[in-house]
Amino acid sequence: MKSTDISIWFFIGVLLTIYGVLILGYGLWELITGNVANVVLANLHAPVWWGAIMLALGIFYSVRFRPGKEI
Amino acid sequence: MLQFGMTSNLASGVLSQAAAVFLANGAPSLAHLGLLDIAVIAIYFVMVIWIGYYLKSKASTSEEFFMAGREMTAWIAGLSFVSANLGSLELMGWAGSAYQYGILAAHWYWIGAIPAMLFLGMVMMPFYYVCKTHSVPGYLKMRFGQASSVVAAFSFAFMTVLMSGVNMFAMAEVMKVVLGWDLNFSIIVSSVAVAAYVALGGLRSAIFNEVLQFVLIWGGALLVPILGLIEAGGWTGLKTKIAHNIATGAIPMGDYTHMWRSMGHFQDNPMGVHWTGIVFGLGFAISFGYWTTDFLVVQRVLAANSLRSARMAPIIGSFFKMAVPFIVILPGLLGLVVLQNPDGSLMKLVGEDIVKANPAAGLHSYNEVLPLMLVRYCSPGLLGLGITALIAGFMSGMAGNVSAFSAVWTYDIYQPLINKRAKDEHYVAVGRWATILGVIISIFAAYMVMNAKGIMDYVQALFSFFIAPLLGAVLMGMFWKRATAAGGFWGLLTGTLTSIGLFAWVKADPSALRYVALSPYAKDMAENMYRALWSISVTFIVIFVVSMFGKARPVAELDGLVYGATKIPKEEPVPFYKNEWYWAAVAIVAFVGLQIMFW
Repeated sequence: MKSTDISIWFFIGVLLTIYGVLILGYGLWELITGNVANVVLANLHAPVWWGAIMLALGIFYSVRFRPGKEI
Repeated sequence: MLQFGMTSNLASGVLSQAAAVFLANGAPSLAHLGLLDIAVIAIYFVMVIWIGYYLKSKASTSEEFFMAGREMTAWIAGLSFVSANLGSLELMGWAGSAYQYGILAAHWYWIGAIPAMLFLGMVMMPFYYVCKTHSVPGYLKMRFGQASSVVAAFSFAFMTVLMSGVNMFAMAEVMKVVLGWDLNFSIIVSSVAVAAYVALGGLRSAIFNEVLQFVLIWGGALLVPILGLIEAGGWTGLKTKIAHNIATGAIPMGDYTHMWRSMGHFQDNPMGVHWTGIVFGLGFAISFGYWTTDFLVVQRVLAANSLRSARMAPIIGSFFKMAVPFIVILPGLLGLVVLQNPDGSLMKLVGEDIVKANPAAGLHSYNEVLPLMLVRYCSPGLLGLGITALIAGFMSGMAGNVSAFSAVWTYDIYQPLINKRAKDEHYVAVGRWATILGVIISIFAAYMVMNAKGIMDYVQALFSFFIAPLLGAVLMGMFWKRATAAGGFWGLLTGTLTSIGLFAWVKADPSALRYVALSPYAKDMAENMYRALWSISVTFIVIFVVSMFGKARPVAELDGLVYGATKIPKEEPVPFYKNEWYWAAVAIVAFVGLQIMFW
């Protein structure tokens, strides 16, 4: 059956994808340029892995629950 | 908000004085947002409005607008159920309490929530769901008649918008302190956004946004305990460092990592409470009152698409509720060992009164522990995400309040008392206007609170007056066929008056606390717990006595309303991993395990 409604999980997926891109992008910029923010444990590069996790989850939910997908 | 959770009740109690203090002090902001942070926050606002606009077409009938068409899955209803309670004030207030009192603060998340949530799902939900009530006052109307329902509806509507305003103001103050934002800007922007998406999409929009907000709260706050634990050397390292700080006098003496060991006597713990107050007062009277009769949270479960989903929703919610201390209590504990002043010395957070007395000293209050931790670990983007989590928490609580207000106003006040026979579209329009009206009253309440120092304590007490008696009336009505309409009404009324009377007694004579809380060593927190116990006891007794003198309704009229007179629909058999009893048992095991682990 094709779903015509947009699922809440799709909205969540879109938001996580956007946030993932922004935060991962910033983290990679930090990593490449060495301009690390003045925060504790900056050496762990949290924006990189946290942004990557959000992006991966976001893409999964966006694709899995995209409008019109058969569910 | 306070959502009015009993959790927020206390949390915003802690924050209440902070608001006026910060306003007066004009303290410098803790954090400065960059362009990336602003973008993260702005995208969130765009998303919530988009959801409201998209769902507008799915809120054209009253069933759709007020009950989300009763189409929510167990997961969505369950997450929304928890999210409506998880306001930013809960996050910040209880993190501050954890810094001050240690893991004792987790009682409000575990024994103060889990048993009640499971009881709602497994025992009470079938009655609410089968009788097809639109609200808790609506259930009282069916069981005890119009008088009890009207009392409950008016008190609930009044307190909902008032508390929404109180929390709106406190949230604006938080934004001012953390970010230096203008107070009016914070109030207007957040309330307009909530009004827009709830008025457009009704309960469905509120629920969708609450699920979104729940995900954001975790996404924005989870990094703090993860990085904090890395810095502290794990749980063992945290305990060692706390012990070291106690030994060196850097932090006050106390058992910060055990929940029950210091509960044997009132004077053994900094909260000044006894285990009987925690178990019976918090764990039963207040917790069951809030989680099973407060329409703000129950409305979410009533929107479920089947009885099984309605029962599963609180059970699913209970697992997430059990996990919340990880992002609230743990950061508070970590604050005891990792927060440092610019010179590298251990930062000591203090009470609001000390901050107020020393405006130039650059001190921070307990309530700022979570923002301080966010600023400590979060770089650009992540900081915006953390702040978005706080805003999302506030908005989910406020949306819960105004959507519940809208439903109770329309179904339990407007329809029975003002306009009984109108078209369905008319009630939807009334609901939309009630949403906007609720937000406007909330804004007025916020500004009223701003100019009336100390009123917040009273406002929170007012709300707590109704929780325990309402639970008493609903329980007696639901489980005792002999309970009469007169019994329900007089029980509700006298229970409420008892609570108000005890509150007034202690206000007039603080030494009366020893009688209310049964100990000369009891402190403020114990008062709420024992007052609730006295109140529900009086409600039970009065309903029993008055009912015994009256004539009970025929059992045939109690179908769908009372245990023993209701045929609960048989549910289709499902595999064990989809069965609500199985997951309830798992939740109980996890709950008991946590108590033992942190005994």
